[in-house]
Amino acid sequence: MLLPPGLSLSLQAERPLLPVRPRSPPRAPFCFSARRLRFHRQHEFFEDGDIHRHLYLQDILTNVTEVTERSKVSEFSCHIVGCCQVFDTLEGYEHHYNTLHRNMCSFCKRSFPSGHLLDTHILEWHDSLFQIMAEKQNMYQCLVEGCAEKFKSSKDRKDHLVKVHLYPSDFRFDRPKKAKSIKHSKPHFKRDVSVPMDVNVETCEQSQADSMEICPSESTENPTQLASGPIPSVQEKQLYKSRIPSTVCFGQGASRGFKSLKKKA
Amino acid sequence: MRVLTGLFTSSLADVRMEAARCLHELSHSNDPAVAEACLPATSYLLTYLSGHSVEFTELCVYTLGNLAVESETVRKQLLPQGIIPALASCLQSPHVAVLEGLGYLLPQLLQATEDPATILPLVLDSALPLHMLRLVSSNLELGMGVAVEFAWCLHYVVCSHVNNGLLISQGIVSTLVLLLLDLASAVVEGATEGLELLLCPVLRCLSNLLAEDEPESCKVQMQDERLLVAVFLFMQRFLQQHPFLVQECLWLLNNLTADEPIFCSALLTLDLLPALLQLLPCSGTVTLLALTVLCNVAEKGPAYCRQLHQKAVLPSLLSTLALSDAQVVGQSLELLHLLFLHLPEAAADFLSQAGLQALAQHRDNPPLQERVRALEERYLQPAAATPVSPIRASAAALPS
Repeated sequence: MLLPPGLSLSLQAERPLLPVRPRSPPRAPFCFSARRLRFHRQHEFFEDGDIHRHLYLQDILTNVTEVTERSKVSEFSCHIVGCCQVFDTLEGYEHHYNTLHRNMCSFCKRSFPSGHLLDTHILEWHDSLFQIMAEKQNMYQCLVEGCAEKFKSSKDRKDHLVKVHLYPSDFRFDRPKKAKSIKHSKPHFKRDVSVPMDVNVETCEQSQADSMEICPSESTENPTQLASGPIPSVQEKQLYKSRIPSTVCFGQGASRGFKSLKKKA
Repeated sequence: MRVLTGLFTSSLADVRMEAARCLHELSHSNDPAVAEACLPATSYLLTYLSGHSVEFTELCVYTLGNLAVESETVRKQLLPQGIIPALASCLQSPHVAVLEGLGYLLPQLLQATEDPATILPLVLDSALPLHMLRLVSSNLELGMGVAVEFAWCLHYVVCSHVNNGLLISQGIVSTLVLLLLDLASAVVEGATEGLELLLCPVLRCLSNLLAEDEPESCKVQMQDERLLVAVFLFMQRFLQQHPFLVQECLWLLNNLTADEPIFCSALLTLDLLPALLQLLPCSGTVTLLALTVLCNVAEKGPAYCRQLHQKAVLPSLLSTLALSDAQVVGQSLELLHLLFLHLPEAAADFLSQAGLQALAQHRDNPPLQERVRALEERYLQPAAATPVSPIRASAAALPS
C-alpha cells in the first residue's frame, strides 16, 4: 500500500474544503445513506481482533504461573529488632517485610493486611475516647472499603459484613476485642496440628482475645515442632533460636500509632 | 478449602505465599465447581489487594481474575464484597506487575455475560474510569503492557454503551485522540513492537464514541485531520502482518467521513485516495468498508465525485464488479449511482470502459438486479449518457 511521499503528521496550511451539496434521501432502488456505525460488544465485527487479543493473553497467563527461579544471595536476617527470620532471596525478604512489618500497630505490634484495617484497629483498640463515643453513636465502621456504614457494636458490624457483603462469619480480620488486653503469650496454648493459626484454636484464651489480624505470637514456623510445648515468651524464645526460627516479632517495623490517624482526619 | 484458607491467612509470610500459589493453581481449573469451591477465599483475596507485597498481590489479582472468568456465582459475590472500591485503590499502585494484573482482572468483570447494567454502572460511578484513562496513556512511564490492558478495559466499557456520555465528559476523547497520534508517530519512527495490541482497542473506542449522538463536543474534539493521516499510516504498516487492524481502521474512517465533509475533503486533497483504492482487492469486510467510505465521499456532492473520477475510481470499480460477493457488488452499484447522479460524464466514461458488460453478469441476481437495471435505464442509455463537456456548454452560451 503506497502512500504519497512527503505525507507528514503536521499540516502546514489550511486545507481547502470542497463545497458540499446538501444531503438528500436515496432514490429507490438505491439505499445508501452515509451513517456512523456503532458495534455492540458481541458483534461479529470484533471477532478477528478478539482472537488476536485472546492469543496474546494466553501467552501472558502462562508466564505468571511459572515460579521464576529467584537469584539467591548470601543469607541475611530481617533488620527489624526482635525478628530473627532469615532469607536467601530478596523477594522472600520483601514479601516477609510487607506481610508482617508493614501496617503494624505500634501499640500491640500486630500487623494487618492493609492500612485501612490497621486504622480501624487502632481506633477501636487503642483510642480511649472510642469506647466512650461508641456508647452514644455508631462508631464501628464497616471493614469493606467504600462502605460508609457504621454500627453500634462489633457484632452488628459482623452481621452486616455477613449479610450485605457476603463475608465469611469467621473472617479472620474481624475478631472482637476482649476486655483484657494481652501483651504476653500465655503459657498454656494448645495447638492445632494441621493449621498454625486457626479459628479452631478456641481453647487458647489469647487467640480469642486477639484482634482482627494475625497475632504473630500465636504462630510457629513449623507446626510439627510441638514437642517443645508451650509457646515461649520473648525471653525464653531466644534460647530456642537455633531450633525454631520463628516469626515472633516484636520489632518496630513500619508501624503506626494513634497519631497518624489524627493526621489523616 | 478450610485448611487452605487458614494457611492463606497464616502469620507466616511464606506459608501465605504458598497458599496463594495453590489458590492460583486452583483458579486455572476449567470446572466452575472448582471456582465456586474457592468462594471462601475471596474476601481475603480482596483484602490483600491493599497490601504491599508485589508478587503476592499480583497472584491475588490473577487468581481473582481467573475465578471471575469461570463462575457467575463468584462474580456475584465479588461485587457486594467490595471489589470495585478495592480495585480503585489498588489501581494507585506504582507496581507495573500489579497494574498489568488488574488490567487482566477488570475486563473479566466487564465482559461478564450477565447483564452489563449490573456491573457497569458501578464501575462508571467509581474512580475507575479516571484511573483507566490515566493508565491508558502511561505507556512511556509504565510500559506498553499496562496501557494495553486498560485500553481493552475502556473498550469493554465503551462498547457496552451504558453511559458513554459520562466518559466523554471525563475527557476520554481527547485522551484517546492524543494517544492515537502518538502511536502514529511511533509507526513513523518504526517502533511498532506490540503496537497493534494497543491500537486495536483505541480505534474501537474512538469509532464507537464517534457514533454517539450526544454530546456534540465529541465530534468537535475529533475534527483533527491528523487522525486521517494516522489511520492511513496504520493501514499501510499493518496490512501484511495484522490484517484485522485494517478493518478496524476503516471503521473509524467510515465514522469520520460519514457526516463531516472536512474528512472527505482532506482524504482527497491529501491524495489518500489511491491508497484507499489499493484496499479494494482485499477480502470481504475490508472491501465493503472501503467502498462504504468511497460512498461517504461521493455522497457529499459533485465536487467530490469529480475528484473521485479524476483520480481513477472507475477502473477499481470495474474490478470489484467482477467479484462474486453480492454485498461487495451491491455497494459498488451504490457508488456508481452516486457518481452518475452527481457527475454525468462519469457514466459516459463507464460505458467506454466496457461497464455494461461488467454489469450484465449481475442482471439476473435477485439482490442486485433492480439496481443494475436502474443504472442501465437511468444513466447508461446511449442518449442519456452523452456528457455535456464544459467547452461545448460555454460555446453554446456564447452569442452566436
